[in-house]
Amino acid sequence: MMEYTDKVMKEFQNPKNVGELKDANGIGEVGSPACGDIMRMYLKISDDGVIEDASFKTFGCGAAIASSSKATEMIKGQTIEQASKLKNSDVVEELGGLPQQKIHCSVLAAEAIAAAIEDYNSRKAAQA
Amino acid sequence: MKRIYLDNAATTPVDERVLQEMLPYFTEKFGNPSSVYHEAHEAKFAVEAARLQIAQAIGADAKEIYFTAGGSESDNWALKGVAFKNRKKGKHIITSEIEHHAILHTCEFLEKEGFDVTYLPVDSKGLVSIDDVKKAIRDDTILVSIMFANNEIGTIEPIKEIAEVVKAKGIIFHTDAVQALGNIPVNVKDLNVDMLSMSSHKIYGPKGVGALYIRKGVPIVPLIHGGGQERNRRASTENVPGIVGFGKAAELAVQELDANMAHMRELRDALIEGVTTRIPQVRLNGHPTQRLPGNANFCFDYIEGESILLSLDLIGVSGSSGSACTSGSLDPSHVLLAIGLPAGVAHGSLRLTMGRHTTMEDINYVVDNLVTIIERLRKMSPIDANSPIDDTVYDHKK
Repeated sequence: MMEYTDKVMKEFQNPKNVGELKDANGIGEVGSPACGDIMRMYLKISDDGVIEDASFKTFGCGAAIASSSKATEMIKGQTIEQASKLKNSDVVEELGGLPQQKIHCSVLAAEAIAAAIEDYNSRKAAQA
Repeated sequence: MKRIYLDNAATTPVDERVLQEMLPYFTEKFGNPSSVYHEAHEAKFAVEAARLQIAQAIGADAKEIYFTAGGSESDNWALKGVAFKNRKKGKHIITSEIEHHAILHTCEFLEKEGFDVTYLPVDSKGLVSIDDVKKAIRDDTILVSIMFANNEIGTIEPIKEIAEVVKAKGIIFHTDAVQALGNIPVNVKDLNVDMLSMSSHKIYGPKGVGALYIRKGVPIVPLIHGGGQERNRRASTENVPGIVGFGKAAELAVQELDANMAHMRELRDALIEGVTTRIPQVRLNGHPTQRLPGNANFCFDYIEGESILLSLDLIGVSGSSGSACTSGSLDPSHVLLAIGLPAGVAHGSLRLTMGRHTTMEDINYVVDNLVTIIERLRKMSPIDANSPIDDTVYDHKK
């Protein structure tokens, strides 16, 4: 259906890191109900700037769920600096490709992570 | 895995009896109906026999049935053919906001050609108001087109009552009956319509063929010019096997209408009952009673339609949705928006339309699995009206 790759279907059926992170210190949300796409990323970042843990919640299609799940897997264990460099094309590659009209789901996932990192940074700045 | 096909509003499989009727016309009785020799006569005879079958199915005269390449062409022809023929009389057309795109996009095209189109709103159940039709009629109104039954939400429009109002003013009245034929009684004399669109592949006939009923005397120009086929009104060598199939499908649809309606109603009601009692935060779209016997359309809060369809497909069930993701546009279904649903809710829609082959076991299987599917997707969703903190906590010890 929708010509999704096997990897996308696998991710959709068994998404990783679903849910809220109770001790998240960076939370980012993009999209809106009207758009039909909302992604919320929860990050737990250590004092030395490493993403110890990541989880997501998504309202969206198969590609959206697969993209956000895959993105959390990719950034776990990375530094904030590394995670900030995450491009949507990286996510698409890890998923073995996305149909043309679904590429924007991967963009949203990268944007949600960026938003979560920004949230972490502004919280840190506020504490300083 | 056994497939459970619940998208019969989109298309239907060709009935075995229809297929058998069609076969001789591919390689044996393959002649061009307009030619002079033996093979041609057989083909011509078959086309006229099918024409009569269609006419009888809707209470019309055979001379009033014109074959087309499908419902979309019939819709296009009805609108453009009447608009261009009558433009000296007037330039105003009335239709509704929930028509099929074949009507809406044709109207948009006609607007660019200088016509004025009024798109009547519908209420929260999808009904067009007869009063609104009355009020919208102007001195220069030349055509009114309101669909008989809506393909997405199943609402059946009061066509007979609307026709009364429209015909009292002497205006041409067209109805798109693509979803109605075979699912509810359709009789042009009873309805008092001037034109009516039909499609073969919605009633277990082959794709690529439909018809337009044009009452005797309606002024209309052709859409397709060329040879003199269809009494000089719609050129092109006839799709003989398709037409034969369509005729047979229409005959069967009318013969089996009562049994079909009863069967589908039972399944539909069981599905609606099951879903609305076992799944929270769900609404039924369309009119609760004035709806097609086989149509169920739901919106599930907090989740999106394509992910529901994907989940269903994985367990062998075929359905459809009005979400933007499934239509490939940025907006969800125009029909769901027209009945007043917020876009966010419209994205979470699921349409299931039963058919001849659907069984009660199928319905039970679908309901049981939908409960789990909706629960799973809701756990993944960041939105929830109850509280901002959802109780699905990611266990990072795993």
